[in-house]
Amino acid sequence: MSVPFLDDVDSDVNIRTDGDIVTARRRGRVLAEQSGFSSTEQVLITTAISELARNILLYARGGMIVLRRVDNHERSGIMVVAKDHGPGIQDVEKAMQPGYSTSSSLGLGLPGVKRLMDEMSIETRAGQGTTVTATKWRR
Amino acid sequence: MEVPILKQGPFLIATIQTALHDADLVQLRDAIVEKVGKLRAKGVIVDVTALDVIDSFSTRTLSDVAHMIRLRGANTVIVGIQPEVAFAMVQLGLVLEDVATALDLEEGLAFLNGKDRKGERTVPRRR
Repeated sequence: MSVPFLDDVDSDVNIRTDGDIVTARRRGRVLAEQSGFSSTEQVLITTAISELARNILLYARGGMIVLRRVDNHERSGIMVVAKDHGPGIQDVEKAMQPGYSTSSSLGLGLPGVKRLMDEMSIETRAGQGTTVTATKWRR
Repeated sequence: MEVPILKQGPFLIATIQTALHDADLVQLRDAIVEKVGKLRAKGVIVDVTALDVIDSFSTRTLSDVAHMIRLRGANTVIVGIQPEVAFAMVQLGLVLEDVATALDLEEGLAFLNGKDRKGERTVPRRR
């Protein structure tokens, strides 16, 4: 492969400013391309990263986006982990309902991200933070 | 990264050339709204061909531009949303409600010219 391999450390992006959102999605796009995703899938993954990074800024003011290739012998893909130490999500079930948002400005948020990716799980604890893990598999 | 806004006849054309930070997009919104008055433009085209991601924030800001320009008495058309980007927007549930869109710059200009000829305004003028 002519594209240099993006090592894992490079794929951890601290999210503190809106510029970091751009960095996270650019890295995600490169990783998706290197992992053999189609251009449409690359855009889906990049858009999901953008929304997850945005949630970090909106709700927790800071956190991290971790991008990893995943391979479980049968299939390979990309895992996007969005971690923050914010207030946590009060009601995860409610947060997964379409159109639900606690932030006034935006937030189709998590249900939308789930549609863009294949799998998504949320771990959250009041006052301690939230970790959203979303995976997309190669077709 | 500032987005250039060009005047073409009675219209303004803003062509986004690279991925924008949120702050750049907000700056663009404000610059367009100001220039429409200063240059007495009848219509605005925002060309987003170069954007490979349009997320909830971009959608909201583009929609705000269109609605603000309408309140200023002119029309806005968003052109160049790429097919993959359109797909991602639909998956995410994003809609550009009440905002005109066109395939490309040419179609966008045709749209605005049509509106201009008919003297259409989305906000009725007082008599």
